[in-house]
Amino acid sequence: MMALRRFNRGLIYVVLTLAALLYLLPIYVVVVTSLKTNATISLQHMWNFPLHPSFASLAAAWSQLAPNFGNSFYLAIPATLFSSILGALNGYVLSKWRFKGSNIIFFLILFGLFIPYQSVLIPLLRIMDTIGLYNSIPGLILVHTIYGIPITTLIFRNFYASIPDEMLEAAKIDGTGYWGIFRYMVLPLSVSGFVVAGIWQFTQVWNNFLFAVTLTNPPNQPVTVALVNIAGSQTIQWNVQMASALLASLPTLLVYIILGKYFVRGLLAGSVKG
Amino acid sequence: MASVVLEHVSKRYGQVEAVHDVTLNVEDQEFLILLGPSGCGKTTTLRMVAGLEDLSSGAIHIGSRDVSHVPPKDRDIAMVFQNYALYPHMSVFENMAFGLKLRKVPKPEIERRVKEAAEILGIGGLLDRKPKELSGGQRQRVALGRAIVREPLAFLMDEPLSNLDAKLRTQTRVELKRLHQRLGATIIYVTHDQTEAMTMGTRIVVMKDGIVQQVDTPDGIYHRPANQFVATFVGTPAMNLLRGALTRQGDTLTFRTDDQLMTLPSHIAHAASALTGEAMVLGIRPEDVHVSQEAVARLPQTQIRAVIRLIEPMGHENMVYLDLGTQSITARAANDWYGTVGDTITCALDPARLHAFDAATEKSLLS
Repeated sequence: MMALRRFNRGLIYVVLTLAALLYLLPIYVVVVTSLKTNATISLQHMWNFPLHPSFASLAAAWSQLAPNFGNSFYLAIPATLFSSILGALNGYVLSKWRFKGSNIIFFLILFGLFIPYQSVLIPLLRIMDTIGLYNSIPGLILVHTIYGIPITTLIFRNFYASIPDEMLEAAKIDGTGYWGIFRYMVLPLSVSGFVVAGIWQFTQVWNNFLFAVTLTNPPNQPVTVALVNIAGSQTIQWNVQMASALLASLPTLLVYIILGKYFVRGLLAGSVKG
Repeated sequence: MASVVLEHVSKRYGQVEAVHDVTLNVEDQEFLILLGPSGCGKTTTLRMVAGLEDLSSGAIHIGSRDVSHVPPKDRDIAMVFQNYALYPHMSVFENMAFGLKLRKVPKPEIERRVKEAAEILGIGGLLDRKPKELSGGQRQRVALGRAIVREPLAFLMDEPLSNLDAKLRTQTRVELKRLHQRLGATIIYVTHDQTEAMTMGTRIVVMKDGIVQQVDTPDGIYHRPANQFVATFVGTPAMNLLRGALTRQGDTLTFRTDDQLMTLPSHIAHAASALTGEAMVLGIRPEDVHVSQEAVARLPQTQIRAVIRLIEPMGHENMVYLDLGTQSITARAANDWYGTVGDTITCALDPARLHAFDAATEKSLLS
């Protein structure tokens, strides 16, 4: 029995390692290509490690992308914050202050998850133009905040369902009202909810290409659009291209690495009954 | 502290009436128990006093103020929940201080009150801990402390002991009673546990299906139950009920049950004269059913013959289950009484302790 179990365990690790390696292969190519000089790049040697690693292409990529990086942060951070806060408020009402028809409203909000972005592009562009937010980062912030509300509402509503009602009733009797409960009870217990919603939203907004390319022109474009513009030059500098891709993917990676550990934290442990 | 008055309070959920026309006068410094089986409306009643449920009709006064439509935070009451409902992100100190902080009580005063309550409850050493680092009994104390520091007009408690183990529950029961005496607090306490009700309450309200069955002292509830429900709900084992028929022969009234005849004592006969039919239910508590020969010999009027079906030795006493043909009764016997299962014995019902109920309405005839 023990031997069999150990064999199975071993088999699982072998399969998982192979799958992980396969998954990491393209990233390997991105990294090694970005460390090569443009002259040494060829299809025959694409798997080889660079003989003389150089960070020149990374520097070149950075000098081209830096303004767009700024745009992306200026876009992603407020959009993530706003949609998370609105989602938290929605989730709070829809889970703890149910009213007649609140389930229908929740359903309608969730409906927003299933609207394909392509189908709304033209009217969206017209609206942004009319309200004077076309070709601006604030305009993109608004769009991403609104399109983020369905998923953040879903995340927070389900998250708040685990906060016991009795605790909020105790707070009511202790002297809080609607906003007091949100401020003193719900918000402090929402850290993991904000981490989940935040990671999700930040990644979505940062990686979004369609809204960005439709609603902004240079120099107001986020990094995803700029990345494609680099590829559009007449001679393709593969090393700079790869270095740019690497740089553009770093923030989402870092967000996950830094905040991911909060995923596991159970802040609610011991609130009701052990 | 203050009195709490409920006037014709009802709660309807759609077609269902959870609480029906409850009128109660909880006096200042009283320890009032709401007792009943689950679903009887006792918790809903308490939650209406707290303001966590709206009234469908009626009015609630706390002190001299009508609070029927006042939000919970402005009623100046404190509540202890079954699951303690501590704030998990706050330390014990912060949990207890929270209500005072919201009410802008000055800091030194908050500290004084929290320290004092912690002293009373013996949790002075735990003030920096988080709820999850506490045991069930300690959490219970923190929940009590959170209520005490508020110095409210009334305490509302919703089965606060039911999550504790048996030993801790007995211990906390005693402490709670002592606390009530010490604080001189008005307490409304919901429980389904009759022991808690009998030991702690100054008065008990027995409820069933949203309707108040009886309001009385523990002694009154036990010795003068208003109907069959109260009679059988309070007391372990439950009161024996014997269905039978009355026959009148001049002044004496005879009760026939399972083809056995019993001459009823005068106070029962007097009460039974109100009955028009002949059906009646006789009630007798297990401790008032005598099985020892000397006791039976002293009570010639109310003897019945029964078959011993089962004997449960409890150590300090023996529980004897007896068959009377179609009906059965339970008797409490001393632990030096010995019987044999299957034997037919003569037992006697203490005539002074008999209860009589109208077979149709189930109401007591003795009041």
